[in-house]
Amino acid sequence: MRALLKRDLILAFRAGGGFGLGIAFFLIVVVLVPFSVGPESGLLTKIAPGVLWLGALLACLLSLDRILALDWEDGTLDLMATAPLPLEAVVTVKALAHWMTTGVPLVVAAPLFGVLLNLPPQGFVWLVVSLALGTPALSVIGTFGAALTVGLKRGGLLLSLLILPLYVPTLIFGAELARRGAEGQAVSTPLLMLAGISFGVIALLPFASALVLRVNLR
Amino acid sequence: MMPDLGKYAETVLSSYAVSILLIVALVWWSVRAARKAKLALEDVEARRK
Amino acid sequence: MGSIWEYANPVKFSQTVSRFLAPVAMGATVCLVIGLVWGFFFTPDDFRQGATVKIIYLHVPAALMAINAWFMMLVTSLIWLVRRHHVSALAAKAAAPIGVTMTVIALITGAIWGQPMWGTWWAWDPRLTSFLILFLFYLGYIALWEAIDDPDTAADLTSVLCIVGSVFAVLSRYAVNFWNQGLHQGASVMRAGAITGTDTEEKVSNVFFYPLLVCIIGFVLLFVALVLLRTRTEIHKRRTRALLARERMA
Repeated sequence: MRALLKRDLILAFRAGGGFGLGIAFFLIVVVLVPFSVGPESGLLTKIAPGVLWLGALLACLLSLDRILALDWEDGTLDLMATAPLPLEAVVTVKALAHWMTTGVPLVVAAPLFGVLLNLPPQGFVWLVVSLALGTPALSVIGTFGAALTVGLKRGGLLLSLLILPLYVPTLIFGAELARRGAEGQAVSTPLLMLAGISFGVIALLPFASALVLRVNLR
Repeated sequence: MMPDLGKYAETVLSSYAVSILLIVALVWWSVRAARKAKLALEDVEARRK
Repeated sequence: MGSIWEYANPVKFSQTVSRFLAPVAMGATVCLVIGLVWGFFFTPDDFRQGATVKIIYLHVPAALMAINAWFMMLVTSLIWLVRRHHVSALAAKAAAPIGVTMTVIALITGAIWGQPMWGTWWAWDPRLTSFLILFLFYLGYIALWEAIDDPDTAADLTSVLCIVGSVFAVLSRYAVNFWNQGLHQGASVMRAGAITGTDTEEKVSNVFFYPLLVCIIGFVLLFVALVLLRTRTEIHKRRTRALLARERMA
């Protein structure tokens, strides 16, 4: 498992691995928002948590089809399926690698981008907490979508369509947590719901991902 | 015969029109597909004999 | 007299469909015509909503069927995954376009109704938003069926998507409820409290309820008829394909 994780991480960091892509996309979204809605700082403060969450989600979505597609094309995935490591573990590690290359950089960069969007000081902690809790769920759900569409030639658009409704609960609770944090309201309800969704998804969805991956490899 | 719909005539009529149109389209499409599939099957089965 | 599983045999299923399709379709037509004519011509206007209350005869049954169609797809998907009956998977495939049509009807009539009542075509109200999410689920489900060539793989993948999607649909419902309180009234047609008369909230009165009930029955029968027809179509298509493949082999 560790070898697989290491391999995936190295592949992601190499040129063309798409490591910088997510974070660059996140930056683009955050920089373009003030140009499109205007530079008024009160407005920016109000929408900052939502925009940051949306940017993180879209950046995550952008790199999803890379999770499995490359390994599928060169046949690595078939080897993994016959390896002693269960496929459930493979998809979990794949999701973990995706999170470490996309989710973690987003979490780290988010406070910086928060400054650009005039996020109030008390909001930074909760923004980071919400993203740190929410992005693993995004990666795991995304891996499920990637496993569903892995055998398809033009799976990218379909993947987005399938994943979009699945991201809704995470986005709602994550953005709500960040917003309440920024406005200094009570945060316990969305915090607990977000954590519940994240852990539930991490615990259960790899089984579904492995199931559909087996079907696709049949 | 026509009931007085008052100022909401457009609202009510348009929603009835849209819904009935959609339902009819769905039924028409299903029936047409059913006919086509049946003909194709009969065609192939006739050839087998 | 056998169990329900007898109908998992495609031939048996097709024969049964041929026997029941006409009566069910007839029943659907009769109920829809009676219900809609009754509702449209012979019910009074609501004292607050005016004539717009007549939209209820389309809006409520369509919304009910949109959810029930998904539920039926969930059950048939589970049956496919557990017992591998092809008819079950095909029935799920056949139901999806009907479900999406019902969702669209519910959304459109809702928007047209909302315009004069709430002063807006669309609001990010929990019920409306949930239906939009349901609509997206249907689209993804249908697109996935269309995208995969191998029928068994397609059936497997869409079944898993349907089950996972159902869990997320329920989650979304709670999330959306939490997110916005909304304009839409609560369930006002069928509610335990309304029947026993213990609740004080608004309830659809009997003048509107009976034609509505006829419409709901009509929509249910219409759904059943269409599912039977479309499932049989899928069986025919599948058989044609198999025979053609055999021809080429010979």
